[in-house]
Amino acid sequence: MKPQPGSLKVLNLVSALLFLGALGMVFLYAPLEETMNYVQKIFYFHIANAWVGMLGFLVAAVAGIIYLVKRDQKWDIVELAAVEISLVFFLIAIALGSIWARPVWNTWWTWDPRLTTAAILEMIYLAYLLLRQGIEDPDRRARFGAVYTLVGSLSVPITFFSIRLFRTIHPVVIGAADNSATGNFNMTPPMLATMFFCLIAFSVIFATLLWHRIRLGQLAQTVEERQLEVVR
Amino acid sequence: MSGLDPAISVKYLVGGYTVFFAVLVFYLASLFARWRNLKRNLQSLEEIKKNQ
Repeated sequence: MKPQPGSLKVLNLVSALLFLGALGMVFLYAPLEETMNYVQKIFYFHIANAWVGMLGFLVAAVAGIIYLVKRDQKWDIVELAAVEISLVFFLIAIALGSIWARPVWNTWWTWDPRLTTAAILEMIYLAYLLLRQGIEDPDRRARFGAVYTLVGSLSVPITFFSIRLFRTIHPVVIGAADNSATGNFNMTPPMLATMFFCLIAFSVIFATLLWHRIRLGQLAQTVEERQLEVVR
Repeated sequence: MSGLDPAISVKYLVGGYTVFFAVLVFYLASLFARWRNLKRNLQSLEEIKKNQ
């Protein structure tokens, strides 16, 4: 396996700096929100993790489409990498949302349209990982994965737009807010700047992790090939 | 909604970021462990192949 390319090393460094920058923006630059005060600072990482989670599920769907067209295993590796990383980020987003909700909504969880669709989204992709493991033939596994992620990606826009389509207590941060939402707050320019900085920082971190996970997938593929060579 | 008690609010803030770092560190550690194991497996397989 080739050592880390220089551009990946640069990306590692940029990701680390952006992550520190995001923490600095959240804790040192963004002002305290009047009603929720400290706990509102969860919002910045909550939204950034949710964004990256959804982005990754869409990346996986695109990789799946390319696999179906080209039938090249490398796109299956990209797809799996994107799903795995997105599952982690989306799980964090759900956990952070729940922790934020406890003092604001007075409950850890409620079967609100946004929370329900988010939980379903996470479970759809968790099932993807489990079902993949049951298929031994690499081509069949890749074909299954490609179709699954393509169909599964339909749940991403449903989750994203659920707070705009249904009556919900989840706040709509960008765009027209529903008055029934609990935990709405007015975004000041420093809060907006912090939110967008976190979105950019986490997008770069996602790209870096994706690259590392793809390399891991390539290494796993090499090991699988060597095993077959030794057995023959 | 009346303002949250800052002492309670900060407790949830710490809890949230603790969960964030715990999950992230666990995932990064799992990536590292899987990489190390695969490298080890590859080395063993290369040796077996050489001896065949």
